Amino acid sequence: MSLAARIAGNSLAGWLLPAAIIAGWEIASRAGLIPANVLPAPSAVAEAFWRLTLSGELIRNIGVSTLRALSGFAIGGSIGFALGLANGLSTLSRGLTDTTLQMIRNIPHLALIPLVILWFGIDEEAKLFLVALGVFFPIYVNTLLGIQGVDPQLVEMGRVYGLDRRALFFRVILPGALPSIFVGLRYALGIMWLTLIVAETIAASSGLGYMAMQAREFLLIDVVVLSILIYALLGKLADSLARLLERLSLGWHPAFQKR
Amino acid sequence: MPAATLTAARSLVATPARPIGSVEGRRAFAFKEVGKRFGDKIVLDGIDLDVRAGQFVAVIGKSGCGKSTLLRLLAGLDRPSSGSLTLGAGEEGHSRTRFMFQEPRLLPWMSVVRNVEIGLTGIAGGTEARQRALAMLAEVGLADRADEWPSVLSGGQKQRVALARALVGQPQILALDEPLGALDALTRIEMQQLLERIWLNQRFTAVLVTHDVGEAVALADRVVVIGEGRIALDLDVPVARPRRHGSAELARIEGAILDHLFGRG
Repeated sequence: MSLAARIAGNSLAGWLLPAAIIAGWEIASRAGLIPANVLPAPSAVAEAFWRLTLSGELIRNIGVSTLRALSGFAIGGSIGFALGLANGLSTLSRGLTDTTLQMIRNIPHLALIPLVILWFGIDEEAKLFLVALGVFFPIYVNTLLGIQGVDPQLVEMGRVYGLDRRALFFRVILPGALPSIFVGLRYALGIMWLTLIVAETIAASSGLGYMAMQAREFLLIDVVVLSILIYALLGKLADSLARLLERLSLGWHPAFQKR
Repeated sequence: MPAATLTAARSLVATPARPIGSVEGRRAFAFKEVGKRFGDKIVLDGIDLDVRAGQFVAVIGKSGCGKSTLLRLLAGLDRPSSGSLTLGAGEEGHSRTRFMFQEPRLLPWMSVVRNVEIGLTGIAGGTEARQRALAMLAEVGLADRADEWPSVLSGGQKQRVALARALVGQPQILALDEPLGALDALTRIEMQQLLERIWLNQRFTAVLVTHDVGEAVALADRVVVIGEGRIALDLDVPVARPRRHGSAELARIEGAILDHLFGRG
């Protein structure tokens, strides 16, 4: 079997179980084993999907949520990355900020929701702030860890061979820290969706979470289930993108080499 | 003692292609009264060592005798606590001192040839660097592995890439810190022969730190034994090259050094 076929086969295998679950669920619903007011049949969810797509409501809400998720991720992720680099490279910077950051890290960021609503109301800033805060720590911690974990023997080799600070960073330190940074990235993507869902469910006037809460008010359980499924798909999409990036940039790593 | 062999050795160690200023030849480097302390611990104490350009010197001694420290001082990785270290005049287009570590220390995220190009940092770049790196790889017999990741190479191959990286900049001095220590016996002999062949071609000054007396006498023109931070023995090895492993002459010199090391001389 060719490599491409094998990869396609592997990812197909991953979808077998979800497909089987949906089929079983549909059969159970039609047979009346699952009452429609508890869990609607997949076909009913599909219908809701079609209805909301036609009205444009679904696309608009997905767009709003994705934009929030990505902007929050960009803000929190870049600050976390920058601080992780700074604290990994400079003992002065680490001495000044690390203790503070480690203290803040231990506060569950969702515990700040009441405070955030008081500060920002239910405007965009509230969601951005929460997502950015949630994403910040996994990126920060793993970037710092990655840089501290770079083999000092390789750094010494770079110095002996006359690499300047810039070359040392881009050719030795950053590539060495990259596997750990990717762990942080994938972890942060999970937190990004989680935070956004919670924030939109509690305080929002648009977005997927808001759509789900509205549907609950009107007992549109098919829309509630649809929102949850879309979250799952978006989460999977983000993770797949991160994996792709990982494969592209870590081709040298024995774990990513074809055997 | 080696006084007699000292003069005899000079004629055997030719330094062609380089003008010889005096009978002693051009100086590669000289240690004068060099001492090194780490805190209270005296590692090196009054080392005097004068090495001519193109000479192959082996430094041996028991573990912790300061031989690696001597090498790190030579490569500028550490500064002497006392005394002075002078290096001979540099030449255009050559890197002055290159260091070969005990471990290959290749960057796993760069292809083999790009790792060799690291040795040309500040000397050549772009296509020229690639050409020179490929030529050097061919010299160590790894031309066909140029575009592979280091992780797929064997230990001996990795150390050959490290040797190519060290030599691609045509250094005047090559400092080797037990680079063959982790290799199996056969690969080791192969590497020794490779090292000798390249040294005969390029005629850089080689300083090899090793704990293997057999390796030292097989490769070096001159063997320096360090004991308790001082030079305990400075012996020339006047044997013609290419040398045959296990010859009676080498074995005799090896025996003399071992006797000295264990105080049986």
